[in-house]
Amino acid sequence: MPKPTRPESVYFFGTCLIDLFYPEAGLAGMELLKRQGVKVVFPPKQTCCGQPARNNGYQDEARAVARLQLDAFPGDRPIVVPSGSCAGMMKTHYPEMFEGTPDHERAVAFSKRVYELTEFLVDVLGVRLEDKGRPVTVTWHPSCHSQREAGVVEQPKALLRMLSNVTLVENPREKECCGFGGAFAVRQAEISAAMVADKVASIEDTGATQVVSGDCGCLMNITGAAEKARKGFTGRHIAEFILERCHGR
Amino acid sequence: MAADAGKLEFGAKAHVALNDPKLRANFRRAMDGLMAKRTIQFADEAEWTSLRARGAMVRANALARLPELLEQLEANCLKNGIQVHWAETTQEANAIVLGILEAAGAKTVIKGKSMVTEEMHLNAHLEKHGITPVESDLGEYIIQLAGEAPSHIVMPCIHKNKAEIAELFHDKIADQPYTENVDELTAAARKALRGAFAGADAGISGVNFAVAETGTLVLIENEGNGRLSTTLPPLHIAVTGIEKVLEKLDDVPPLLSLLPRSATGQPITTYVNMISSPRKDGEKDGPKAVHLVLLDNGRSRVHGDSELRDTLRCIRCAACMNHCPVYTRVGGHTYTFTYPGPIGKLLTPQIEGLDCAGDQPHASTLCRACADVCPVQIPIPDLLVRLRTEAVRPTSPDAVKGAGSSATTGETLGWKGWTLLYGSPLLYRIGTRMLGWFGNLMPSSAPMLKQWTSVRTKPKFAPKSLHELAREKGFCDE
Ligand code: SF4
Repeated sequence: MPKPTRPESVYFFGTCLIDLFYPEAGLAGMELLKRQGVKVVFPPKQTCCGQPARNNGYQDEARAVARLQLDAFPGDRPIVVPSGSCAGMMKTHYPEMFEGTPDHERAVAFSKRVYELTEFLVDVLGVRLEDKGRPVTVTWHPSCHSQREAGVVEQPKALLRMLSNVTLVENPREKECCGFGGAFAVRQAEISAAMVADKVASIEDTGATQVVSGDCGCLMNITGAAEKARKGFTGRHIAEFILERCHGR
Repeated sequence: MAADAGKLEFGAKAHVALNDPKLRANFRRAMDGLMAKRTIQFADEAEWTSLRARGAMVRANALARLPELLEQLEANCLKNGIQVHWAETTQEANAIVLGILEAAGAKTVIKGKSMVTEEMHLNAHLEKHGITPVESDLGEYIIQLAGEAPSHIVMPCIHKNKAEIAELFHDKIADQPYTENVDELTAAARKALRGAFAGADAGISGVNFAVAETGTLVLIENEGNGRLSTTLPPLHIAVTGIEKVLEKLDDVPPLLSLLPRSATGQPITTYVNMISSPRKDGEKDGPKAVHLVLLDNGRSRVHGDSELRDTLRCIRCAACMNHCPVYTRVGGHTYTFTYPGPIGKLLTPQIEGLDCAGDQPHASTLCRACADVCPVQIPIPDLLVRLRTEAVRPTSPDAVKGAGSSATTGETLGWKGWTLLYGSPLLYRIGTRMLGWFGNLMPSSAPMLKQWTSVRTKPKFAPKSLHELAREKGFCDE
């Protein structure tokens, strides 16, 4: 695929989870883009990609909320999303969700403008990072949807490897789901608990003091379980992690 | 079965399985091994991509012409001397098999591995009528001795470790000393089975692929027991689902490669049997009569829906369960019905009804590990979402058995409220601001939070939302 050209400005889709629980991660994502000389616009009408309703079988509701996002992000600016899961939803499911409706064409065009944040930083902006932080050992947790829906696998790790004082240790069970799955964590609470316990153990086994991820759903699950079990590692969204190391915020 | 039985059982059985450390270790170890072996087989990404596209196409093409191909299969089988029987339900299929056996005066039956006969509960039916079935696949033999159902569609006794099998053999096989030596255990089974083969009045097997063009039944296996079951006794009955048909012989090779590589990480199975007729005049071996029983059991209905039809592409390789983070932790028996794992939670509710197994489509994080490895590209997570939709908001009253059975006023209202909030920028702004102010006052015992906080800390609402911070920092300006 030809490399997309560097745009003057981008839209930022903050995601509903970040909006309520991790606004600093969203802000860090916007700062990173801004520091690359790209104008960032956060449309205030935005809310949620609609994934919760879709995954639970409420398609009309999902479409209604998704349609609001189609309205909130007009034109042809790229839409950058600090979550592989929401980006995956918009990239892969918007076209099929609107099939046979008057919004289909719009939804297809929209889906093609969506980029996961690290994907945009690496593939479109070609960023170089200069690490100013202290030495630290981290491991990466990819969300299932970032790997298998949004198709983002190497970009976040490439960014972490650019940081000279960061040692990235691979988790052999990296690709395995952390057990979040939205309503799954409540509907199948015991299975979800078993999955996150295994995920926490596999992160602990890497010896990393921090787990970095591009998805706050996974982070809420993993760090929540690690905290409750008093494990020795913390979690960070990749945007905040990079911003802090490179720009000392 | 009561409407809620399947539903209740999944959660209750998962609870038991999750608290059985030995079972969990058995599954974890086995699935880790199978995943590693499969990875080696498909190291060449380009080869994998093109081969699975071919596999998916071959299966999709066959399903697109299913009624026609089934007629062609029947005609060609008859031409070859194979008698063909159609069964709408498992009861009908059981009656057909029993009828054939009784007509032949058969008392003992040797069986090759067949998941469709598990779906029919054929063994129990035969036993009730005085016929003794003996499973000859080693894994099936073990679970038959234990009186259990398969926990995996390729490795039926994967839930047992060596010590458990050693104990079982010692207990159930006369004069068998306790040993964990695999060769000795296999030899013990072989010795017991040899007699069963020699004395069997009939053989029953499954079918991997039924080729319409030639009327050939393809059966793959590793132990040679499939070949013995289908050639040694004077009567062979093959039982299969109607979806296993392929257009032509040329369609077989890609699947013969995809199936074992996906299943056990073998480049090819030890035995590939192509059964095309009973023993002909002048031939020295082979059964005198061959019957093919084609079972529908809800498959036609699945086939009738252009999206859910993809379910029927399945070639039963089990890669989806080997890679499933839920299956790995709860094991096969938690799924109650014959087919466990991702393909089970997709197929079972369609066959048994959403009112009976409606919880299964929800026993998934939609992580897509299954879709990633499925050799015939079944979009399992998307079809699970479709079933979740049918359960609460049927697209048509009879698209799926038991559609609409999970709809509750409370849940529907909840999603209406959600849509109101997330569908209106103004209400969203007010709502999120309130959550920022008061959300953290919610007690951990609140609905949903209770399950969440059983193993995790309570999530904290940020004092200011990203919407507010973005506005303050000037990101909202055009
Ligand atoms: S659904 Fe796909 S991966 Fe699962 S058993 Fe069937 S063919 Fe194999």
